This record gives sequence, structure tokens and C-alpha cells, in this order.
Amino acid sequence: MFDGVSTQLLFGQVLIGLINGSFYAMLSMGLAIIFGLMSVVNFAHGAQYMLGAFVAWALLNYLGIPYWGALFIAPVVVGAFGLFMERTILRPIQNLDHLYSLLATFAAVLIIEGLVRQQYGSTGLPYNSPLPGGVNLGFMFMPWYRLWVVLFSIVICFGTYILIEHTKLGAYLRAANEKPEIVESFGINVPRMISLTYAFGVGLAGLGGVLAAPIYQVSPSMGSNLMIVIFAVVVIGGMGSILGAILTGYLIGVVEGLTKVFYPEGANLVIFVIMIFALILRPNGLFSGKEGLK
Amino acid sequence: MPSDRKPIMQVENLEAWYGESKALHGMTFDVHEGELVTLIGRNGAGKTSTLRSIMGIVGTRTGSIRFRDQELIRKRTYQIARAGIAYCPEERAIFAGLTVAENMTLPPILSPGGLTDAQLLEAFPNLKARRKSGGSKLSGGEQQMLAIARILRTGSRFILLDEPSEGLAPVIVKEIGAQIQKLKEQGYTIVLVEQNLQFARLVADRHVVVENGEVVDTLSNEDLSSNLDRVKTYLGV
Ligand SMILES: Nc1ncnc2c1ncn2[C@@H]1O[C@H](COP(=O)(O)OP(=O)(O)OP(=O)(O)O)[C@@H](O)[C@H]1O
Ligand SMILES: [Mg+2]
Repeated sequence: MFDGVSTQLLFGQVLIGLINGSFYAMLSMGLAIIFGLMSVVNFAHGAQYMLGAFVAWALLNYLGIPYWGALFIAPVVVGAFGLFMERTILRPIQNLDHLYSLLATFAAVLIIEGLVRQQYGSTGLPYNSPLPGGVNLGFMFMPWYRLWVVLFSIVICFGTYILIEHTKLGAYLRAANEKPEIVESFGINVPRMISLTYAFGVGLAGLGGVLAAPIYQVSPSMGSNLMIVIFAVVVIGGMGSILGAILTGYLIGVVEGLTKVFYPEGANLVIFVIMIFALILRPNGLFSGKEGLK
Repeated sequence: MPSDRKPIMQVENLEAWYGESKALHGMTFDVHEGELVTLIGRNGAGKTSTLRSIMGIVGTRTGSIRFRDQELIRKRTYQIARAGIAYCPEERAIFAGLTVAENMTLPPILSPGGLTDAQLLEAFPNLKARRKSGGSKLSGGEQQMLAIARILRTGSRFILLDEPSEGLAPVIVKEIGAQIQKLKEQGYTIVLVEQNLQFARLVADRHVVVENGEVVDTLSNEDLSSNLDRVKTYLGV
């Protein structure tokens, strides 16, 4: 196909890029939702993702609850933890400068990661794939589990997008994002809606963690490593733009994969190069456009 | 004017602050069921702040706001709305990220007796054609219509209206006046902030004059005509 590049390698890397992109998309979408409604830069998003993976691991190893159960239970547990964080850490400082919530959630990362590291060490725990094997597509081997992750993340991302952009509930969120006191003057309990939205965004991070457990090592730092890229994705897609976060997530994953094929040395840098150009050329985000929550 | 009965709302010694700065210095007035009371006064007198304080949308407030035997001073904004008070703000507050239809149907139905979506579109025909457009694409008059229309959906029959005539062409002001008149005939209780005396006189039962965050005078609508000069000095016109 290309000189010196086998189709096997090319498609292999595109697949890996799509897998990574699935996580980028899901996590940056949650971050965008939280930022859009609360103007909180949720630094703890990576730690909450990591918690999702650990909860899945714990459910399996302590309670014998398999992956498919964890897929529902872990996001709820992590979301409930988010609710707790919102009440105890974020709400008391909601009227202060946004810098405070950024610092507070960063402090939460240090605490959460520290506690998990103390309990489980930093080496990482294995989590077996619930869907072993795969299918040979001729030009490449497609593991079932990876196919599942890509498809499931697409369903989650676009399902959430539709929920926010095209339902009544989403209209409340978009409106509260613009003028919270007016929405409240209609009789809507906006503070509770904000808590639940934060919990939802955190639950999404937890869901990402469950999906990641069989692919990456379940380790305390798995979230922090990802967060740097996630922040870049959110900046490129436009702070608070949900569709922007989703599309940029997949796009960056694939671009990263392709860079590994054609210029492996640049793979870790390409995201940040794109971020710089995006900031210069489209500072409001590549996909900044008409949709409401931003 | 049913002044022999107990007022539906009694505001007493209401004080309000925006951060450090005090906007209301002890407002006292009451409103009877079915009545249309205006708050009139110069720019910066505290009319908007009074409505915002009733809704609980200010930094701090003290005093007393009794509404249908409930004390509202410590209630949250959403609880005040659920007690049966609807608020149409001076800036209209149409949501730019929502379509006209989404804006219109955003307020939930809090009690029975509100207008249905079909009735709303009939009452405000200009909005019907613009249902699908974005909230930011409306003219000032259309925004005002929408801001009034959407709160009629909730079923609340006590309405706070902040300068609905502000910045609008006479023909639109007339249309809005007709809508307000219609609401009055249907028994709605209305607190109307208005600087346009001509407009206020057409619909009001009573006028409460606000100066520096206090009530300095109260006149019935009949008295307004005979005391026009006095009132005009209050307004500084
Ligand atoms: N958000 C705010 N922050 C600080 N001070 C405010 C704020 N809003 C109003 N004020 C102050 O409170 C006082 C009363 O203002 P308010 O808006 O209630 O007046 P108003 O009677 O509605 O005037 P207008 O006719 O111009 O609408 C003014 O001195 C104003 O400067
Ligand atoms: Mg005002």
C-alpha cells in the first residue's frame, strides 16, 4: 500500500488509535459536560476513571461479580462517589474563582491515587478479557473485546450527545448552563441538577475505567497518564463542547495511531502540535459551533 | 380593589444586598389577589432588586415576604417558584442555546390551570412561525412575548413583570398591554415594574413609588391622574 508500510501495521495502528480514541472521547466528553454546566475543570476525572477500573477489579476479586455486572455497578459506585465529592469539596467553593475548584479536584487526585497506591501498590493488577479471541479479517486480526469497546463507546458518546442536545432534560442542562437563576426561577432545583450532572460525568469516567480494565493494567496512575491527553483533546475540541470533545477524541486517537506508523518518534508529540495549531487557528475549538452546552 | 381582604403578598422591611452594596433599604408594600400593582421610580431606585429579592435571586436579603401564609424570606428560588410565583425578568432572559419552542416549553407545569402549548401559540401568534429558530434570533418584541408566554405555562397565578414595555415600538407595547389586560381579567395577580406611565395607567390598580430602595408613596390609579405632577417629580421626568 505505502512504501515500507504493511497494511497489517497500518490497520493495526488505526485500530489501536480507535481504541485509545474511544477512551479519549468518553473521558473528554464527561469533562466537557462538567465544565459546560459547572465551569469546573475536573482534574479528578482521571482518578475517577481509575476508580472505575479498581471497582471492577474489586467486584470480580472480592464478590465474584464478573465484567458484565461491573459494567453497570462500577459507574454507579463511582458516580455516587462523585456526588459525595460535589457535596463535600465542590459545593462549598462554587462561588469562588474557578481556579479553586481546579486545585481542589487536583488535591482529590493526590488523595485518591495515594490511597489506592497504599492499598494495592503501583505495579498494576491484571483483569482478564471477558471476550477472549477475535476474528481474522484477512488484513488484520480483530480481538472481540476491542471491537466491543469501540462500538460501545460510540453508543455511549452519541447517546449522551442526543440526551443533551435533543431531550427535555438536556434543554434544562443547556439552559442552566446559560442562566441558572432563571431556570431555578421556573421551579427547577438547579443545585440538585448540578450535583447529578457532576455525578453523571464522573460515572462516565468510571465506565471508561471498567472498559479499560481488560486492555490496560489496572493501576493507580492509569488515569493520570491519560489526563494530559484528555485535556489536550478538550482544548482542541473546544472547552465545554460535547460534540467537539467526542469527535476530537476519536480523531486524535486515530491521528496518534497513524503517526506511529509513519513517524513513530512523533507519536507522543503529535497531539500537542495539533493543540498548538488549533489554539492559534481556532481558539474556540475545532468543532465550536451551534450546539448549546459550552 | 379588594383592600378589605387579607393581602396575598405582604412585603415588610425588605432589605437586599449585592455583595457589599445595599440595594434595598426596607421596602414595605402589599398586593391583593387579582390586583395589578406597579412599582414605579427612577433608574436605580430598586424596582428590579425588589422583584429579584422576592424570587430570592440576590446575594442576601432580610425582612419578611409573606405569600399566601408562607414566609418566603428563607426559601430557595425554586421553592419560591413552586409556591406559585412566576418571574419575567427585565433582560427577558431568552436562552440563546435553545430553540423558541424549547424556550417556551422549558418551565415545568407547577400547578394545574396554566396555558397549554397550543393556547400559548394562539395567544402569541408571532412566535408560532419562529418555533424552530434559535432563541437569540428573535427581535426584542418577540423576546418579550416569549418571556411572558413561557411563564404562563407553569400555572402560577402571581406574576412579577419587569418593564415589559422597555425599548419596544408603540405597536408592540400596545399588544403587550392587551395581553396583560387579558391576564388581569382572568384573575391573575401582577406586580409590574414600569417607567412608562402612560402604559402603567392603562392596566394598573395601584402604584407603589420606589426611591432609593424604599417605598415613598402609594397611589391608586385614579389618584395618579390627579397627582401626575407629583409622580413625575418622583420619576424625574
Ligand atoms: N448585580 C448588581 N450588583 C451590584 N449592584 C447592583 C446590581 N444590580 C443592581 N444594583 C444596584 O442596586 C440599585 C438598584 O438597582 P435596580 O436594578 O433594582 O434598579 P431599578 O429600579 O430596577 O432601575 P432601572 O429602572 O434602571 O431598571 C442600583 O443602585 C444598582 O446600581
Ligand atoms: Mg430595573
